[in-house]
Amino acid sequence: MVAKFDLNDDSVVVIVGSGAGGGTLGTQLALKGIKTVILEAGGRHNMEDFQNDEWASFAQISWLDPRTTSGSWRVSRDFPGLPAWIVKAVGGSTVHWAGAALRFQPHEFKTRTAYGDVAGANLLDWPITLEELEPWYAKAEDRMGVTRTNGIPGLPGNNNFKVLKAGADKMGYTECHTGNMAINSEPRDGRGSCQQIGFCFQGCKSGAKWSTLIAEIPKGEETGKLEVRANAQVLKIEHDAKGKVTGVVYADKDGAIQRQKARIVAVAGNSIESPRLLLNSASSMFPDGLANSSGQVGRNYMRHMTGSVYGVFEKPVRMYRGTTMAGIIRDEAKNKPDRGFVGGYEMETLSLGLPFMAAFLDPGAWGREFTSALDGYDHMAGMWLVGEDMPQESNRITLHADKKDKYGMPVPNVHFDDHPNDVAMRQHAYRQGMALYESVGATRSFPTPPYPSTHNLGTNRMSEKARDGVVNKWGQTHDVANLFVSDGSQFTTGGAENPTLTIVALALRQADYIAGQMAKNAI
Amino acid sequence: MRSPTSTTAKPTPNHTMHRRAFLAASATAAAATAILVSGGAILCPREAWGYETKALAPDTMRSLIRVSRDIYPHDRLADRFYAVAMKAQDEKAAADPALKELYESGMAKLDRLAKAKHEAPYAEVGWEADRVRLLHEIEADPFFQTVRGGLVTGIYNNQEVWPLFGYEGESAAKGGYIDRGFNDIEWL
Repeated sequence: MVAKFDLNDDSVVVIVGSGAGGGTLGTQLALKGIKTVILEAGGRHNMEDFQNDEWASFAQISWLDPRTTSGSWRVSRDFPGLPAWIVKAVGGSTVHWAGAALRFQPHEFKTRTAYGDVAGANLLDWPITLEELEPWYAKAEDRMGVTRTNGIPGLPGNNNFKVLKAGADKMGYTECHTGNMAINSEPRDGRGSCQQIGFCFQGCKSGAKWSTLIAEIPKGEETGKLEVRANAQVLKIEHDAKGKVTGVVYADKDGAIQRQKARIVAVAGNSIESPRLLLNSASSMFPDGLANSSGQVGRNYMRHMTGSVYGVFEKPVRMYRGTTMAGIIRDEAKNKPDRGFVGGYEMETLSLGLPFMAAFLDPGAWGREFTSALDGYDHMAGMWLVGEDMPQESNRITLHADKKDKYGMPVPNVHFDDHPNDVAMRQHAYRQGMALYESVGATRSFPTPPYPSTHNLGTNRMSEKARDGVVNKWGQTHDVANLFVSDGSQFTTGGAENPTLTIVALALRQADYIAGQMAKNAI
Repeated sequence: MRSPTSTTAKPTPNHTMHRRAFLAASATAAAATAILVSGGAILCPREAWGYETKALAPDTMRSLIRVSRDIYPHDRLADRFYAVAMKAQDEKAAADPALKELYESGMAKLDRLAKAKHEAPYAEVGWEADRVRLLHEIEADPFFQTVRGGLVTGIYNNQEVWPLFGYEGESAAKGGYIDRGFNDIEWL
């Protein structure tokens, strides 16, 4: 029995966004018997409706609302209106994530201590440790069915992985396997096992991949305590004279403006939309935006150090067959400052179909250097390089001075400059990736520049002291007790790992905290 | 002669070369280019297709197909794939006079540069390297960027092209690759 709550019901928890953070939090609260409304800006698709067609799928599920960019990052040149490649749909970016579910390393929760004072970086230790989060990581892994945890076998390696593994062996890497993936390697939790379809980015058509769309939200809805409203874009969070939030204003599926009252509001719109919403909720009491007494809302935007390497071989690889992220090398993820940078990076297989390979291989390039690379498409193996980037105060989300979306809400501008540490790490990663493919006989290998950001982090960061960040160790804003942040924007620093598992672990932990605070009538 | 593509967005089946068309094409094979202009249309006897332009002058269309191949040269791709990609841009120009003007004036400029340097319009300049040098002179122009940008999807998102690159496209309906070679690599 799917719930339907009244707009004037001020006892509900309202969650903005239905992805890894919002979808998990909403489901968990409902399972605890707490009335919850999730407002999702995008539409709701069934997994049968997903398309094994890159551009068609891109048009179907991507967040394509207007955004602007600035700064020296190459994405701003190549894709000035598309800083991020994320999803606008129920399930959020768990619909298109590749499924890599990795825990942070201990030092990644205390980077200021571990890395010291890095010039230009706004490093800060998280107010929580790995030990505190470990039980929640364990719960998240069990819930998501992560391979190589809870006795779940690893996925079988596809062709792209086999090339990676052969190269890892040649390079002397020791931590290479088919990953900790939230993709069923055997039937589990009512979902089947992976059919090696490929097209993980386009929405899993078999249901083997965990997403809040198919693996969480339906369970929440079954309780009768969760209502998900699709095509509902939140424009503003409102508060009372005491500075407590009272509800949200949103545009519904017909574009009509609605006001949903709430006891608690949790923001989980990903690291561009979440600060945008807080900034757009400025009032006479909060002139710089809601929860922004520190001035840190929108700042410290991180997008992970990224890049890709493709190798072309004499004989076919057909990397696109099977899971997109089919394996990982973790040896470079450790913090080894003698490499010339702090932090580390993961090497993960990646493949793109021909249409996206043409668009992303070297955006703007043309001529035979470019086309001869594409001529080797079915002989290519590919990997994505993803590592920790440095938080910088000047990398930030702001409201555009005059550009507005169709509801009159200022569009977000995403400003980003690479930190010298990011650049040094990327160069190292490119060299290692190319050397790896050459070690197994690649006749040509090339680095590919960063794609629009998929890992958007840090713009409402967690801090022990209110002056250093936006939320406390529970994701509760320092300024407003009944306002929470529940997505990757809480990350104090980014770690080297794909962020979804950490977002889910934090959301499960936050659900417990919220339920406890509600029971005590503290909020 | 048939259009290089159907009027729908779906890809067309391969066009078989008819023997008579082949012979007709052979007779004109000495021409500098395989694409001819006839009235309001361009014709490619060698590949047995023709296309009546919607907005662009046929001469412009013919030259733009040459430009397209020079921007994204794949020797395994027949001209018709470049024609299909430019056809999409011609159709856009039919609904957008400013875009039409961008193509016409851009191509006219490129022809002027070609004549000044090689005493021939762009499409008649004999060596690819010479043509590519001309393209480099205009690569910052909106004309070049518009043509190039349209080709990224115009060429590579054409499902008929995919098999020529060894890309198999949709797989879910075939049961994925679990039993169809996801791990069949043998040469490692």
